[in-house]
Amino acid sequence: MGAAKSNLVELRDLKVAFDGVQVLHGIDLTVGRGEALGLVGESGCGKSVTWLAALGLLPGKAGVSGSVRLEGRELCGSPRSTLESVRGGRIAMIFQDPSSSLNPVLRIGRQITEALALHRGLRGDAARTEALRLMDMVGIPDARSRFDLYAHEFSGGQCQRLMIAMALAGEPDLLIADEPTTALDATIQAQILDLLIQLRAETGMATVFISHDLGAVSQVCERVCVMYAGRIVEQGTVEQLFAAPRHPYTRGLFDAIPRIDGPRQPLVPIPGTVPNPKHLPAGCAFSPRCSRVLQSCHTELPPLVPQGDGRLLACARPVPLALVIHAAKPRTPARIVESALQ
Amino acid sequence: MTPLIQATNLARIYQVRRGLFAQPKPVRAVDGVSLAVMPGETLGIVGESGSGKSTLGRMLLGIDQLQAGEVRFEGRAMPELRTAEWRALRAKMQLVYQDPLAALDRRLTIASQLAEPLEIHRIIPKDQRPARVAELMVAVGLRQDQAGRFPHELSGGQRQRAVIARALASRPKLLVCDEPVSALDVSIQAQVVNMLRQLQEQNGIAMVFISHDLKVVRNIADRVAVMYLGRIVEEASSDVIFRSPRHPYTQALVSSVPVPGKLLEGRVILQGEPPNPANRPAGCAFHPRCSIARDICRSTAPVLRQIENRRTAACHIVADGAVPVAA
Repeated sequence: MGAAKSNLVELRDLKVAFDGVQVLHGIDLTVGRGEALGLVGESGCGKSVTWLAALGLLPGKAGVSGSVRLEGRELCGSPRSTLESVRGGRIAMIFQDPSSSLNPVLRIGRQITEALALHRGLRGDAARTEALRLMDMVGIPDARSRFDLYAHEFSGGQCQRLMIAMALAGEPDLLIADEPTTALDATIQAQILDLLIQLRAETGMATVFISHDLGAVSQVCERVCVMYAGRIVEQGTVEQLFAAPRHPYTRGLFDAIPRIDGPRQPLVPIPGTVPNPKHLPAGCAFSPRCSRVLQSCHTELPPLVPQGDGRLLACARPVPLALVIHAAKPRTPARIVESALQ
Repeated sequence: MTPLIQATNLARIYQVRRGLFAQPKPVRAVDGVSLAVMPGETLGIVGESGSGKSTLGRMLLGIDQLQAGEVRFEGRAMPELRTAEWRALRAKMQLVYQDPLAALDRRLTIASQLAEPLEIHRIIPKDQRPARVAELMVAVGLRQDQAGRFPHELSGGQRQRAVIARALASRPKLLVCDEPVSALDVSIQAQVVNMLRQLQEQNGIAMVFISHDLKVVRNIADRVAVMYLGRIVEEASSDVIFRSPRHPYTQALVSSVPVPGKLLEGRVILQGEPPNPANRPAGCAFHPRCSIARDICRSTAPVLRQIENRRTAACHIVADGAVPVAA
């Protein structure tokens, strides 16, 4: 994978605790230059917290430890001024709800030029011209006449485009998109995904795409990390993970998605619920819900280890590759294939 | 067979005033919608935000007043709102909302919330109520020890199960579900969808399932109606409509669903935004975003026509030569 590319951002053993309750249990993650990385998991698995912690955006009561390096420079615990030069300038972030991220009492043009003044020192006409170029770039029709409108005069999809324009203002090396399409309608979601792909191709910036939607992630990303209860449980290229998910949780996520094609069948849910971070089960956190659980899973935590095909996997009894190839046919639940083979 | 619920030409128009002295402007949230649901059948209603699908669901139950049209339940016209007959009828038709925490009373235990509809509708004698509550909890997969819990002590999926149990308490014949699984995680969503299907098959309940998530609707609905700006633009059986969508909007909607492992290339990506219902385009409301629009689409609104057996669409181009459906 990224051996030839130098790493842009490196997270090492990143841990986060809120009021003594640990929610992130040591995340190791690298993002290469220009790479598109996806972070997948259900609510509460720590996918957003990882990047909020990395950028120092968590509230003071959060205990963050570990190392976050941007091109070798340590960010974790560095002074506010350093962080502020990185945020927006080197690493920009967009959030799920665009309308609450924009300032409702400032005109849109002013908000974009503010970002341009901060990160690139542009003023006056130069800033205005650049802001209009960015608005064009993210596909705001008739940018010139809408420069002086307020956020509420734009639709949800356009607000998200404006957020992306502001994020691009600092010409960042990395754009972190935290569920950028979740609050949007289906047809608008497709437009925004398309825009993110296109912008990455044009600007060459790296993208981290945080989402619970495996479908959306597969369209935008090259490499995917699956997180569960504050840990990465599987990591690999999109092709690897989608053709053959090895961790039972990844497999379960795929089976649980209702399909839009193929015959209609009852869905295959993952039994049980996501554990409360205050009372994590001993051993592997997924063990109480796992269909392939072993006795040892309840006591021993499987480490995240590299596999022969280059992926990383934290499981004592992963879904065998041969079975996965069988099961990759549409809508054949892993469990049925397994019992047929045994 | 008479439909369990039949709606004819429903309309709901809100008067919206923009600014203090401006003339109020009509917003046609639901505009001439007709539909019928057979006993035990599931009708899915899909559409983007602002398409009027939630308003339609509320109108079917009589919570939102009709401004035009008629709803008939089991062949009889809906009684006047808030009369004794209406209340009696409401026991047979129940609503499940998107946000279970908002739908449950935070200060009542789960058991007392489930007993409430039994009390209100005086369905069974008082001494049998605890047994019925226990039975309902088993039916939706809640544990008995959760009876004394408060809503905040349950997870999102469990709360939605409690809401569904409460809706089932009065043994309804019709369940209107408005985005019932949209707030749930994928793994939990599948649990609740399977449970709804199972309960429906066991009890023969008809369902109107409103959702923006096409994947979920396809897996639960027998028939699907696609709404755009307050009108149904295409309706067909769930298998047919997702395999071969005909209306250009349905095509774009189906195509916009991200499928794991399938790339964006070759998909129909709609340009433009969903138009504002207060500012409805002339002619076919979809024409500004439609790739195959002709002159007629800009001037004349298409009516819903039968284009195939058991399939209707409102499109000039798709329905060329088809016979209009009698409303």
